[in-house]
Amino acid sequence: MTTIFYAGLLICCFLCLYRVGTGPSAPDRTVAIDILGTVVVGFCAILSLVTGKDFYLNIALGWALLSFIGTLALAKFLEGRNFDE
Amino acid sequence: MSDVIGYILITIGVLFDIFGCIGLVRFPDVYNRLQAATKCVTLGTIMLLIGVAVIVGFNAITAKAIVCAVFILVTSPTAAHAIAKGAHVSGVSLWEKSVVDKYADEVDKKTD
Repeated sequence: MTTIFYAGLLICCFLCLYRVGTGPSAPDRTVAIDILGTVVVGFCAILSLVTGKDFYLNIALGWALLSFIGTLALAKFLEGRNFDE
Repeated sequence: MSDVIGYILITIGVLFDIFGCIGLVRFPDVYNRLQAATKCVTLGTIMLLIGVAVIVGFNAITAKAIVCAVFILVTSPTAAHAIAKGAHVSGVSLWEKSVVDKYADEVDKKTD
């Protein structure tokens, strides 16, 4: 059962990486990386369910935080502003 | 019983994730891709985390999964809004069959 979940989330990761590779503009790639971060959070949750250890969800929380901050920084950079405004 | 409910929630969540990523690949435009991917993947991952919390019961995994779900629920729409505004300001054009662009109308009204 959990193998099917791993396979589905892995398909999601490869679809996101396809969009990162072929996206015609910079916002396409930014969206794909944001979505990839959210999918990896789900992956860590499944991993934590299978192994019964809770530190995988610490990794998920840190990954979500860094993904959010990175996406905001890239969006601000796309607007043409500097990082210190 | 709670195992069955949890596995059903996780299955629905993974299906939503796959549909959102298919939308990310198939749609023609940055804004359409943002619309499809952000909503579907946010809902799917939150359902997946709630499913894990239902299966595990009541321990540290449950608390951390609920914290993760609330965090994603708050931050994912914020990031999508920031990307959409950044894309529009940086000059990415809409799909040629799009019918309305209200943000451009607002900007025109402000500059007039």
